[in-house]
Amino acid sequence: MTYLSTVAAIVRKDLLHELKSREIVVSMLLFSILTVVVFSFIFEPGSEFKNRVVGGILWMSVTFAGILGLNKSMMSEVNGGNFSALLLAPVDRSAIFFGKAISNFMFMMIVQLITVPLFIVLYNVNIFHTSFMPMTVFLMGTWGFAILGTLFSIISVNTRTREVMLPLLLLPVMVPVILASVQALNIYILGLDVAESYKWLKLLAVFDIIFTVVVFAVFDFIVED
Amino acid sequence: MKLTKILDIAAIAGICVALYFAFMFAPLEKVMGAVQKILYFHVASAWIAFFAFFVTFVLSILFLVKQNYLFDDIAESSAEIGILFCTIVLITGPIWARPIWGVWWTWDPRLTTTTILWFIYAGYLMLRKFIDEPDKRAKFAAAVGIIGFIDVPIVFFSIRWWRTIHPNVVQEGGGGLHPDMTKALLVSVAAFSLLYAAMLVKRTRIALLTRKIDSLEG
Repeated sequence: MTYLSTVAAIVRKDLLHELKSREIVVSMLLFSILTVVVFSFIFEPGSEFKNRVVGGILWMSVTFAGILGLNKSMMSEVNGGNFSALLLAPVDRSAIFFGKAISNFMFMMIVQLITVPLFIVLYNVNIFHTSFMPMTVFLMGTWGFAILGTLFSIISVNTRTREVMLPLLLLPVMVPVILASVQALNIYILGLDVAESYKWLKLLAVFDIIFTVVVFAVFDFIVED
Repeated sequence: MKLTKILDIAAIAGICVALYFAFMFAPLEKVMGAVQKILYFHVASAWIAFFAFFVTFVLSILFLVKQNYLFDDIAESSAEIGILFCTIVLITGPIWARPIWGVWWTWDPRLTTTTILWFIYAGYLMLRKFIDEPDKRAKFAAAVGIIGFIDVPIVFFSIRWWRTIHPNVVQEGGGGLHPDMTKALLVSVAAFSLLYAAMLVKRTRIALLTRKIDSLEG
């Protein structure tokens, strides 16, 4: 099996599993919409101040729903001993990892496809009114989140505290992604010059590249037995 | 054994000399007064914290490559000492900032990065506590030790860009230290480095003994 076909097989397995159970996407989706709704209580409806904070609310709902989904996704792998079985397969281990990361990335993107339009309707802000650049924020921010989140979820489900460990490890490391995504989204929402967001997009790209490479280099070492 | 004794004595003597240099030798700052003396311990602690986390980073890589548990023990010990000094930085900082800047806290890049650094390594140490198998603990902790350290400069630059958008409460100061103050600071940094080395040796010995007891019990 080539590297890419291994990755594709893992993604296919996860998508089929999710199509049958729908546990991960549905729980993430409900949680992220709920976050968007609950956070609306922090300001007066329709106040001007709103536009300065809604970008942060949207990204926080993505972040917290992501943590929920990553835990769920990795728990179902570990509970039945499936993950250990996967690691026994005579394939490159990092291919298994990237398969998991890509399927987590896809689950998060599916959730955003529904949450973002709902967010636009509920808060009456069109983040796409200047350009379609916000798409790059969602894609790159989510990839950075998925790559480190998948690694840290493998680590955290192996601890005694299980899912508690994931946000404690992941959130401080994700500070650049959270900051860059929120700042870029704010620029689009406030209708400022799109060029101002380029440095934040560059930061996201640098983060994604560095950690994709680092995790690729490290993963083989940390799972071998 | 002999060498560690010498190191201990050197560390204690070094701290005494550093206290003398900070309080007697260095002149009193004209504007800030006595509170400026915090500089000598605040900056030295910050240096040790960053250095200790760097040691954890290097030893984490060494562990993954060589699979020698001694490296894991040193990495753990260094991270623990690092978080101790990082805590000292985060406590002495606000004590100094309150009378000078008028606020306990400001979201300046260095302050914020140090706080994030504290959280990353607090997570690292917690993770170690919650994994029972030594093999898994060492490997997973090494991954966090490596990723956490690589993340720090990215955190710093992202926060610096963020703060250039908002008005900065506190402009970058410092720079013009009196030559005697610089000397006192260097003495303090050297003394803290000796203290770090002495603590690291002791903490690593504890880690080695703990591992020995665990293997006897297991």
